[in-house]
Amino acid sequence: MLSIKNLHAKIEDKEILKGLNLEVKPGEVHAIMGPNGSGKSTLSSVIAGHEDYEITEGEIIYQGKLINEEAVEDRAREGIFLAFQYPIEIPGVSNINFLRAALNEIRQSKGEKDISAKEFMQRVRDKSKLVDLDQSLASRSVNEGFSGGEKKRNEIFQMAMLEPTLAILDETDSGLDIDALKVVAKGVNALKTKDNSTIVITHYQRLLDYIVPDFVHVLFDGKIVKSGDKSLALELEEKGYDWIKEINVPSL
Amino acid sequence: MNKLQNFRKNFNPTSIPLRKEMLTLSEEILKKNDFPTTKNEKWKYTRLGKLSRLSLEKSKDTSTIKKSSEKISEEAITIEIINGFVNTISDLPKGLIIKSLKDCSKKELAFLGENIHLENEVFHCLNSLYIQDGIYIEIEKDTKLKEEIHIVYNNLSINTFNPTRLYINSKSFSEANIVELFKSDGAENSFVNPVNEAVIHENAKLSITKIQNEEGNNFHIGSDTIYQKKDSFFKCNTITLKGQFIRNNIYVNINGTNCETHLNGAYLMDGKQHVDNQTKIDHFTPNCESHELYKGILDEKATAIFNGKVIVHPDAQKINAFQSNANVLISDDANVNSKPELEIYADDVKCSHGSTTGQLDENAIYYLRSRGISKRKAQAIVSQAFIKDVFSHIDSESSLSYIFKTLEKQHNWEFLD
Repeated sequence: MLSIKNLHAKIEDKEILKGLNLEVKPGEVHAIMGPNGSGKSTLSSVIAGHEDYEITEGEIIYQGKLINEEAVEDRAREGIFLAFQYPIEIPGVSNINFLRAALNEIRQSKGEKDISAKEFMQRVRDKSKLVDLDQSLASRSVNEGFSGGEKKRNEIFQMAMLEPTLAILDETDSGLDIDALKVVAKGVNALKTKDNSTIVITHYQRLLDYIVPDFVHVLFDGKIVKSGDKSLALELEEKGYDWIKEINVPSL
Repeated sequence: MNKLQNFRKNFNPTSIPLRKEMLTLSEEILKKNDFPTTKNEKWKYTRLGKLSRLSLEKSKDTSTIKKSSEKISEEAITIEIINGFVNTISDLPKGLIIKSLKDCSKKELAFLGENIHLENEVFHCLNSLYIQDGIYIEIEKDTKLKEEIHIVYNNLSINTFNPTRLYINSKSFSEANIVELFKSDGAENSFVNPVNEAVIHENAKLSITKIQNEEGNNFHIGSDTIYQKKDSFFKCNTITLKGQFIRNNIYVNINGTNCETHLNGAYLMDGKQHVDNQTKIDHFTPNCESHELYKGILDEKATAIFNGKVIVHPDAQKINAFQSNANVLISDDANVNSKPELEIYADDVKCSHGSTTGQLDENAIYYLRSRGISKRKAQAIVSQAFIKDVFSHIDSESSLSYIFKTLEKQHNWEFLD
């Protein structure tokens, strides 16, 4: 699915990722944890294809193809989805109309026909129910006037609509209360299949009670310094990140 | 001989029996003046050099030409004007008079030009002295027109001067929605000079939507002078989709209490296109409101000017006047000069103005692209979102769909709504 090798990336002149390795197979859920400033959000932006970041070394291979130079929209069409930490408000652009445009561009890129209006509306109804997103929010301007929790639910709603192969959830839990967290997790779990993969980026262990990872990685100073199963998350919760900074574990 | 005298040397004065004093005064002013230069504040950013060097003839009478232009709607009352001459007028409902100026009586023509300023307005003088044809529209008292009136100006000419006049008489308690479509088809080096005047009587409502979609290398300098009486409503939407050189002057004189005025504009230019919107609203009377919203998107080497002036005269108390101009520059070479102005001589008023110029929101474009939408389409979506509140002021459905279709063709915009 996704294979990242010795990835180095910088923004402006600041190197953030310093030789990161990660291997994600179909059906797996990976959690990436780490203290502030360790490079978690940079990793998600680089995988998604944000143009402000420059890859200086290494490879991102997605479904067997090197995508280092691919445009963000091409990656999206091939099934990569990023749930933003801070979803963007776009006044004047309706949520569902933009999703229809996105869905159709994805389908066109695969040589498929546009979705019919009826089928699309049915999907909007089903998927908004999945994340308890009010139907009226679905038709409002993208994220405009949404609360923090609504914005995050809207990200998962979009994910449900677009059915990605690789979903990256960037701090989707931040700013959510426990009920909203459960709703978001329920949505993510419902979308899981044996063919698609999820990368959950988070600062806290809390979300991982609801989205149970197969692997947990600790990102520190631009590298993955420790990997383990879900118990590693609990250990981190208990001990904090400081002990990571002191031990020297070679990256996997 | 200065440029202006040279410019008009081939033109014969109008054959329409207009008021003598107006014609004499126009001639006097033209004789004394030349084309305004950039030293003139009102022409600071729009150069007339190229226009003044053209060698133009007046257009030949085209009123009998058989040529049917593209219409915006089959349902509207449609007037076709070719090269400045009235060509066809469709059947009229009760309560509406529309005729060519050539068919108007002297009595009807006596009011023509009464509100048009001639002093310091060379283009009003040129128009007045050389009017070749035009339209008189009267919406009779209490007539609320269900059908829209569509005026299609089609310019087919090469090296001609096409001065036209539109006189609108909105009688008390009448309502009308007028759409003016300016097109050109094969025209080159022509100078289109439409001068409109409207009197909106008590409790009357008049909306005008101008759509400018002019191909070729032509010049368009137009003006609207509006006189509002008490309790009246006026709205003008100026939508510029294409044009090499376009100047729009709108002058609104509000001469009665409890009036409402809306001036909206949208311009989407690229290449080396140039659009200059000048508006002036004079509040002479209390308890009125005026709203102005102009937005533009400029790409490549296009230039735009917005100069909006609101004057609140002494005694015009309790005025609400709002003015806003916002621009988006897509390329580094596009250029905007925006100058909102307020002059207030009364003390109990609520007025505001603002102007912004910026780029499209890069974060919004990235967000849309991250969902699979192409960069070009993402830019189009964000541009639409920026400009669509201007379109929301257009009441004419058929005009809106013409505008959307044109934008789709010209800019690959696919409208989401």
